Parts: sequence; C-alpha cells; structure tokens
Amino acid sequence: MDFTHQLVQQLINGISLGSIYALIALGYTMIYGIIKLINFAHGDVYMVGAYIGFFAITQAGLGVVPALLISMVTTGILGMVIEKLAYKPLRHAPRISVLITAIGVSFFLEYTSMYFVTPTPRTFPAVLDNVAFNVGPFVVNGQQLMIFAVTILLMVILTYIVQRTKTGKAMRAASYDTETAQLMGIDSDRVISFTFGIGSALAAAAGVLVGIYYNSIDPLMGIMPGVKAFVAAVLGGIGILPGAVVGGLILGVVEALVAGFVSSTFRDAAAFAILILVLLFKPTGIFGKNTREKV
Amino acid sequence: MKFGKKSLKLMSAVVGALMVGGLLAGCGAGGDNDKEIKVGANFELTGNQANYGTAARDGLKLAIKECNDAGGIDGKKITLVEADSKSEPSEAVNAATKLISDDGVKVMVGPAVTANVMAESQVATDNKVPIIAPCATSPDVTVENGKAKPFVFRSCFIDPQQGEVMAQFASKELKAKTAVLYLDSSSDYSKSLGKVFKEKFEAAGGKVVMEEAFLAKDQDFKAALTKIKTANADVVFIPAYYEEVGKIVKQARELGIQSKLLGTDGWDDPKVVDIAGADALNNTFFSTHYFEKDEEVQGFIKAYKEEYGKDPNVFAALGYDAGKMMIDAIKRAGGTDPEKLVKALEETKDLQVGTGKITMDAATHNPIKSAVILEMQNGVKALKAKIQPEG
Repeated sequence: MDFTHQLVQQLINGISLGSIYALIALGYTMIYGIIKLINFAHGDVYMVGAYIGFFAITQAGLGVVPALLISMVTTGILGMVIEKLAYKPLRHAPRISVLITAIGVSFFLEYTSMYFVTPTPRTFPAVLDNVAFNVGPFVVNGQQLMIFAVTILLMVILTYIVQRTKTGKAMRAASYDTETAQLMGIDSDRVISFTFGIGSALAAAAGVLVGIYYNSIDPLMGIMPGVKAFVAAVLGGIGILPGAVVGGLILGVVEALVAGFVSSTFRDAAAFAILILVLLFKPTGIFGKNTREKV
Repeated sequence: MKFGKKSLKLMSAVVGALMVGGLLAGCGAGGDNDKEIKVGANFELTGNQANYGTAARDGLKLAIKECNDAGGIDGKKITLVEADSKSEPSEAVNAATKLISDDGVKVMVGPAVTANVMAESQVATDNKVPIIAPCATSPDVTVENGKAKPFVFRSCFIDPQQGEVMAQFASKELKAKTAVLYLDSSSDYSKSLGKVFKEKFEAAGGKVVMEEAFLAKDQDFKAALTKIKTANADVVFIPAYYEEVGKIVKQARELGIQSKLLGTDGWDDPKVVDIAGADALNNTFFSTHYFEKDEEVQGFIKAYKEEYGKDPNVFAALGYDAGKMMIDAIKRAGGTDPEKLVKALEETKDLQVGTGKITMDAATHNPIKSAVILEMQNGVKALKAKIQPEG
C-alpha cells in the first residue's frame, strides 16, 4: 500500500470514527446551547442508551429499528428525569455547582449500571450484515456508511426543529436569554426539559449504533467518547449544531492521521492538544461568532 | 465558625472517646477466633478493570466455599472479607490497609491487575501479611532488587515465561521472520510482555518491524491497524486483555490483515469469540494457563458451572488457584501466623489446583507451572502445544 492509498484509508477510518463523536457531540452542544451546562453525564447517558438497545434486541427480540427507537425514547425520558432531579433545583446556583452535579450524575449512572448489568462487557448479536465494500484497495463497510448517514440525517432533522418549528424558536429564545424568554410567555422549564430529552435520545442513538458497529458495550464505555465529543463540540463552536458535526469529523480524521502517520501513542494527545489550542486561540470554535459579554 | 473553649473540649472528648471505641472494636473484630479464619480479598470490584477483578474474586470464593463445605480447616470456617481496589493502585493500598487494620485479616488474595498488586505489596510487607496475587504476571510483582519480597506470592506463571514461549513459537513453529507489536500502553502487563517478546524474538533471528500502541477501553483501532497492515509482517503480537483484543481482531480482519495474530493469557475468555467472531479468530494463537478440555481441569470447570451457571474464564480459574494455594498453606502452617504461613507458602509442592499442579520456587515466590498454547479454530480452542516448566 503506498502513501496515497494509506491516506485515503485513514480518511475513511477517521470519518467513520468522527461520525460517532459527532453524534454524541450533537447532544452535548444542544444542552450547552440552552443552559450553558457542560453535561458530563452525557457520555454515560450514551452508555445507558446502548444497554437499552442491547436488551431490546436480545431480551425482547426486536429488530434494529424498533430497538433504536425504544432506546431513544426511554433514554430521552431518562434525560428529562435527570434534568428534573439533578439540574433543575440548581437553576440559579453558581455554574460550578451544576458542573460538579453533572460529574456526580455521571458517576451515579456508571456505577448504578455496573451494579445491575455487571462490569463484564456484553456483545451485541450480529443484527446487521456487515458488508465490506472493497473499492479498489480501500475497505469501507456498510455499518460505517450507516453511522455516517444517520449522523447527517439527525443533524438535518435537528437543525430543522431548531430553525423552523415553534419549539425550536422557543429553544433559541431560551438559549438567548432564559428570563426574558420567560417574560414573553415561553415556558423555559419545558423547553429545557425538551432539549434534554432530544439530546439524550441522540446519545442513545449513538450508543446503539456504536454497540452494533464495535460489537461490545460495557458500563464505562461512555467516559472517553464523552470527553472526545466534548472536544468536538468545543472545536466546532459549542452550542452550534453543524459545528458539532464538523468538529466531530475533524477530530476523527486528525486522530486517524496522527495514529497512522505519526504514532498511535500520540493519538489522544493530539485530540486534547486541539482542545487546548482552540481554547487558547478561538474559544468560540470554528463556527462561533465573537459575541461580546453583555455587562 | 468559632468554637468556644468549652465546646472544643467537649468535642475533643467525644472524638477521643470515638477513637478509643473504634480501636477496641477493631481489636474485638480482628484476628482469628475459635470459629473462623479471616482472609481478605482485595479485588477490582468497580472501575475499568472490574470485569477481571470480579471474575478472580468469584473463583476465589468457590475455592473457599468448597473448603468450608468440606468442614473448613481444623474445624474452623474461612470467612472472606472483600474490599474494592476500584481499579486504581492508590485505592488498592487503601483497601489493603482497611482489610489489615479494620478487619484484621491475616492473609490476602488479589488484586488481579499487576499495577494494583505492586502498590499493595508495600502495605503487606510493612504489616507482615502475606498476599497471593492470582493473575499478576509481571516479574517485579514478587521480586525486588533481585530478592523475593518476603510476603508477596503469586499462583500463576510470569511474563518472561509467557513472552518467551510465544516468541519461540512464532519463530520456530510459525517460521515467522517479521513481527509487529501492538501494545496497550496503559498496562504494565502489556508493555512488559512486549519487551520480552521483542528480546526473545530478535534473539531467535526475527525482526520486530513496527511497534504501535492503544489504550484500554478504546473502541476504534482502525487507524493504527491500517498502518500495521502496511508492515505486512508474518505475525502481529497483541499482549492485551480480551475486551480490546476482540475488537482489534475483528477490525484487523475487516481491514484485510491476514497476518497470524498472537496473544497471551489476557485473550483467554469466551467473550473474545463473541466480540471478534469465529471467522476473524482463525489463524490466531495465544499462550495461557490451561486448556479447558484437559483432564485435570474438568473438576474445577464443573464446580464453577454449578456455582455460577456459566463457564469460567481464565481470571476465575486463577482466582480459584490462588484460593487453593492459600487454603493449603494455612492447613500446613496450622494457622495464620505470618512467619509460618510464609514458610508454608514457600514449601508448596505438587499442589493440585484448578489449572494443574503448582510447586513454589522459594527464591522468587513464583510457582513453577506449565503453560499451553492454544489455536482458535472456528471459534473453538484447540491445543497447539503444552510447555512444561524447566526443572
């Protein structure tokens, strides 16, 4: 395999990995956009989604699509419950309190799941044929394409909801200024709850797809992807939907290229170096506008 | 906040009373009494190594249950006190300290992972409490500055033996000339095996052409594997644990890597087949502690299945072995006096455990134990070679 071949194959690898980051980052960025909370529990919500999908397929014997939907709905409700119990009482607390609570929720989800499903990894049954397409010397498989397609589709649907529907308008208003939105008759609490629901449902979708693609899930699977998705969201401009997708894809490609052409040991270092550089030089991310803080 | 002098005095009195009370309670609970022998199990029950720790713990529990069902040791039952090392070396130290000072155990088994045992061994030495590491295979676990740590034992073979076995196998049996190392850079186990393999493989005339690394809990290995594919080596050596191994093997075959894949005892779990798929695992070989169809391990496998309703993995088997070794030593030492117990452990000879026979090497506190090399054939393990220990 010569250099160009390897480069193209690494780009394929990177885009498929990046789509997963993007899918998780979408939920991250939505939640941040509306209540300015880095929801550290998001990665763990993704894990719960994967498990619900797993049990829907193995225990209830459902197909992929119903399992995916059930997982998205259940996890969406879980996200709303988490918001109601853990974050809503802290709406007017300093931001650091909410942040620490999010870390607490994250641990709570990890270890409660570990208690119930045991720490042993579970393997997804082969529910989708994994067709490998050999395009010349390159290998792309069906699941990679599917994950990429689902990510783009969900991004489009979300953008539509946020930009074109009434709820979306309410979301944007609440994100701009929660209190004023409330004065205009928008039920901010409901909007926030809705956002958590959607964000968590997206994480669940990512969880199920990852479970099918990598074929293994465990209670701590959400930690690293959660952190990487956070990097992706910051890179694209946190709070901006297309930003999350672009950020995720860039991150995936950078990781693949670093692992392929520099050294696999530097892969994570590169991901986090990106985070540091973005925060230093363009904290608003690729798509972010420089807004001045209102005094 | 401000305390008056009075309330300070009162508080210190209360605190003092509590501390004394705690000490007394500690004494009361500690040590052996007429009816029970307290042993500690310090394992990774939570955290990212919990799947290994809990399996080893289950094996250990089975060994103790069998002993108690058979009447215990001299009429005394063994009570197992569990502590969680949370998959972190510092927590392993905390758990060991708790077991020794709060629960008063006289001997401990665990943890599963090398780094955690290393951290724990100092506490054990300081308190003169022998520990048996069931599956920590790094040589440094029991030996320090060329001498055996007096209170640290293990019941499994060590990495150099394993790494050497695989290097020999690769160059002699598989006639491999070139190899790639793909290591878990977050694990001492993986790195030390990689080192030994490289040394022995190059000494046998082979060449390690590429070294790549990943981290435990990674999901996607394709970038590094794409690079490994370009090396086109005869074998790829992946000393790692089954969770990652399953995914690596699956993704390697998806990318069209045809090289023979070699591994170590971390591979030995039925989950590897579930994760990687039977086809992908063809043409892979790994060294491990026992072969499940061997005559002498049938007893253990049957007992484990009855107790837990599933097949044991290698960690469970090694936890069981450690339990057997401990029980045998307590029996011969006639109790848990540290000096006598250490001596009894050192004198362990031809002891029948779950995976074979153990004889302890007193100079290194490593047992002399056989290893096997297994080949995966359509998802089923097949015995490729049995390597008897030297001496």
